[in-house]
Order: sequence, then structure tokens, then C-alpha cells
Amino acid sequence: MADQTVKTLMSLAATKFGKAESLLSPRDDFFEVLGIDSLQAMDLLTQLEEEFDVEVPDYELQGVKTFEELAEVIRRRL
Amino acid sequence: MIHPDRYESLGELLRDALVQFKSHRALVEVSRKKVKGELTYSDFKRSAMVVAARLADAGVTSGTRVAIVMSNQPAWLISAYAAFYCGAVLVPVDYKLSAQEQGNLLRHCGAEVLITEYPSWLGLAWVDIPARLRLVAGVPVGETLENAENWPEQPADPSATDPDFVPRKRHDTATIVYSSGTGGRPKGCMLSHDSYLNQYQALLTLFPMDETTRYFSILPTNHAIDFMVGFIGPMACGATIVHQRTLRPEFIVDTMKRLKITHMALVPLVLEAFERKLKEKLDAVPPFYRSLMNGLATINLELTRKKPNRALSKRLLGSVHAAFGGELQYLFCGGAFVDRDRAEFFYKLGIPVVIGYGLTEVCTVATVNTLHPFRGDTVGTPVPGVEIRIVSPSDDDRGVGEVQIRGRTVMQGYLDDPELTAQSFDGDWFRTGDRGWVDAAGHLHLVGRSKNMIVTEGGKNIYPEDIEGAFVEVPVDELAVFAADYIWPREGLTGEQLVAVARARQAKTGTALAKLREKNRTLPDFKRISGVVWWGDDFPRTASMKVKRHELAAAVRQHQGRDAVVPL
Repeated sequence: MADQTVKTLMSLAATKFGKAESLLSPRDDFFEVLGIDSLQAMDLLTQLEEEFDVEVPDYELQGVKTFEELAEVIRRRL
Repeated sequence: MIHPDRYESLGELLRDALVQFKSHRALVEVSRKKVKGELTYSDFKRSAMVVAARLADAGVTSGTRVAIVMSNQPAWLISAYAAFYCGAVLVPVDYKLSAQEQGNLLRHCGAEVLITEYPSWLGLAWVDIPARLRLVAGVPVGETLENAENWPEQPADPSATDPDFVPRKRHDTATIVYSSGTGGRPKGCMLSHDSYLNQYQALLTLFPMDETTRYFSILPTNHAIDFMVGFIGPMACGATIVHQRTLRPEFIVDTMKRLKITHMALVPLVLEAFERKLKEKLDAVPPFYRSLMNGLATINLELTRKKPNRALSKRLLGSVHAAFGGELQYLFCGGAFVDRDRAEFFYKLGIPVVIGYGLTEVCTVATVNTLHPFRGDTVGTPVPGVEIRIVSPSDDDRGVGEVQIRGRTVMQGYLDDPELTAQSFDGDWFRTGDRGWVDAAGHLHLVGRSKNMIVTEGGKNIYPEDIEGAFVEVPVDELAVFAADYIWPREGLTGEQLVAVARARQAKTGTALAKLREKNRTLPDFKRISGVVWWGDDFPRTASMKVKRHELAAAVRQHQGRDAVVPL
């Protein structure tokens, strides 16, 4: 289950920002590896919320930088 | 608008507003796509009296310091008013700081009361703070608190009368607002009731609000801009303030549409997001319609050169206005440098972006563009009651020098730091550390800074000494962080970067660089340094071993260029 969340998340992110999924790994800083800013990250999150059917409050995202951490935030709400 | 002349304090002004506008809608709270709750001015008063009763019971009175650490929500404003009602000095602390950083500031000001919300409390509960009363809002059902109590929503004694109002005088301190110093030397700006009442009068005369105003509060209320134009201003005018828990652009735009927002303050980063969305929409329409829109925008610009004409702009560019709810009158943009092209893009579409310039030290705003006519190339003219002067101007046509500010809105000084206060003033002129010039029309142009700090597009002021602590484990002999433009001055206020100056033995620079990179990655992106300059000599230091930053920067400038920066 844990692996699946992070995999789905990376796959969505890769498609959204035109990156090869094979280049992403769970511990990557998604800002760096996707080359995105905080606004684009928020856009990504909204898409993830729809995919997983959860609502993540903004404050839970403070300090979240890697795919793994983001997956954990989402998993807590599943 | 309630005229502030006959009032001595913010508490008095707001107390009258709550009576005068009693049945008007004061606050609306939105959660994602639905309205969660609404409060009239009377409801607001009732809630505030419950909090005030608890504060008074805990001994809060004239001058007691009450800190608020909370994201934008009704409980923020209700708590702030309750504190003013009890005569307290309000300490609004940035809820986005780490609990450790918040703790530093709470200890520095000796806050006797802390009012916070559950997500912040989860961190603050582990920090040593001096507050003897801790009120926590939004505690989930079933959770219990240790060393704190729930923010009161029901009176402890329903038959009790309201607590006594504690009057304050104009020269009394109203707030202590920290402009920096989370990691280094705290700079707590003490602002008087007189400063706020003057600023309120000046701003609300230029940009009136009334009972039909719907202000959308998305900048943190602890920030000077939202505190004035998203709390004091609208409440003293009977306006409605809208709060939303999420700040993601798509939800912001949705709320603007549904609640027909009329006024909003934002930072350049959000303006950029709006521009991006608008341009995406424009790019998606067929070329014929796109050129038609461009043509209409040009006509609109020509017809509104002297001043905005909302009705006309709406007729010409209805679809653009509808995208923001159709009632938007002003977007106040501050906190950081506003790109001229961006401001002009919006004005051309009939959405006036009001550009101003201010610092926490001068209350809210020192200069503002009045839109008569709109100019995107300046930060406007001084607001009534504020004077500016340019010190040591260059001898070219423009006369660029340090901007200094004088007037009743200027702070009383930095809390418990007479030395820093003295350094920051030249007589009664506040030294901003910003560089600029004034044109023939009296408009201020900012061109750079002489102080060692940067401002991000998100409006965050970053002081290098506040982040040096993150690099203590880097194996170098000495390290100091600087704003790159402080070492190598240039004109321009965008793309500002931080660099480290480090002294290390040649053989160790490789390891140090790797560690610098590692530590840098642990910082939020806005605090990261962009590179390092290797420096061979001992850093100049004072008798108390503090780095003489100005001297070190001058020495680096003399021997190294920007090209010596090794990128991280």
C-alpha cells in the first residue's frame, strides 16, 4: 500500500510536469527534481487530492519536500 | 468609515464599530468550496467578550503582552480585539515560523498570554515559553490539552456582565511586531495606537471601504499589510472580511468569484499566479478572439489613463472581470518588489494593482500609488502624514540615495534594544536601508538596498544572520552569510540571492562544499544560499567577537567579483 501511494504520486507528477518517471525516486526533493515552484507544487497537490479523494490542510505540507514525505501526508488521510 | 480623530486607541475605535455596524456581516469563513460560517458585528462582539472575560480573569490589563500565533481565521481577529479591549499590547507572531523560532520571539517579548491554534500548538507545546495562559483554538474533538486550555467559545458564567473596557492613550504601545530576528537579534517594532490610527485614516481616505466592501484576507494577518487593510480598516468601515483556510490559487479564485470580492491584498507571487492563469486562458482561445481581447485591452488602457473606470473596463472586458468575480475594485500588492510589466498587464485589463512601499517599522505603508494616474514604474507618493527624504544622493540626474522616513506612523523603537534603535534613526528620520530616488512628480523609485537582507517574491524578508545557524556543522574555520547585493551592489530588486563567505583550508573545501550543499537542502527554498565565496583571511571581528559584516563585505568586494561565487 505504502509503495503504491508513492508510485501513483510520482507517476502523476511525472506526467504533469513532463518528466520521465524512471528518473524520479521516492527520496527526491520534488521541487528540485521536477524543477517546480511552490505554486506549481500546490497545483500538483490539488490533483493528488482528487486522485486519492482526500483533503490535505495546507499546514500539513510545511517542510514536506520529498515524494515519500508527501505520500505519507496523503496516506494519513486515506 | 468611522473617523479616527476622536479615538485614543484601536480598542476604542473597534468597540464603536461593533455597535455601529451590529447587524452587518463582519466575517465569513470559507473552507474549500463552501461557506463554513458567518458572523455579524454583534456576533463578533459576543464572541470577543467571552475571550476578553477569560483574559481579564487571568489578569490581563494595561500593557500585558498577549501573543497570537494563528493562521488567518475569525478567532485571530476576535482574540486581537479582546486583547485590545483588555488594554493589552498585542504581539502578532508569524504562524509559518518553526515552533523554536516562535518560542524565541515569545521569550524575547515575555508574552504572558499565548493564543494559538491546534496545528501550531502541536509544536509550541514542546517549547519553553513564558505564557502563563495558553488558549488553543480548533482543538479536534476528543483531544485533550496539557498546560493549555481551549480557546473559549462559551462564557464560563453566562450570567456575568462584560468585563470592563481598559482605556489606552494614543502614545501607548499597541503592538510589538517582529520584523526579523528569529535566529539572531530579535527586532520587535513597537507601534503606538497613534501610528495605527494615523495610518488607518491616511489609507482609508485614499482607498475607501464601506458596508459593501468584501475584503479577502489571504496575507497572514500578523503581517502589517493584512493587519491594517484586512482587520482594522474594514472593521472600522463596516465591511465584510473573508477568511479561507487554504491558500491554493484555484480555491482563492473560486472564492473571489462566489463571494464577489471587492478588495484584496496580496504578494507579487500570487499576482504572478493570477497572471499565469489568465494568460493560459487567453492562449487557449482562437487567435481571432485573442487579438480582439488585446484590442479591447488597449482601448481600455487609453480610456483609463488618467484614472480607473471600473464600469467601463467591465463593459469592455467582462469575461476577464468575471474570472475574478466581477466586483474587484483593488488588488493591493506589497511585501516585495512588484514587476512593472505585471502591474501594467492587470491595469490594461481594468484591474488596478495598487503598488505601495512600506516596512513594519513604519506601521504599514509609507508611499502608495494613488492610481490618479496609474503608474507601474514607481512605488507612489508618500501617504498623508508621512515624509520621505533621500540622503546622500548620487550626483547624476536621478540622485539615488538612502530612503529615510519621518512621521507619526514610524515606530517607537525596537523592544529592549536601544542600541539598534539608535542605529536605525537619524534624528527623527527612520533609516530604511533601501535605496531610491524621487522623480519630478514626487514618486519614489526604489532601485536597491544598502542593508544586508533580501526580500523574496513571496514577500518574506530574509536576514542572513538568521540562517547562519543552519551551517554550524559545516567544516570551515569561519562562515558568514550575506545578501549577494550587499557585497556587490547592483540596481534591481528581483532575483535577490544569498551567498556564504567561508574560510577553510584548501584541502578541506571539497568536504565543506558537500556539507554546505547537504545543509542547504534541509532549508526551505526561500532561505537557501545560492553559492559560496572562499576567503583566505581571518574575518574582522569586534571586541565581543561578532563578525564586522560591513568590513568583511567591503574586503570581499575589493578582492573578488561575483564570478568568484561557487554555485551550490
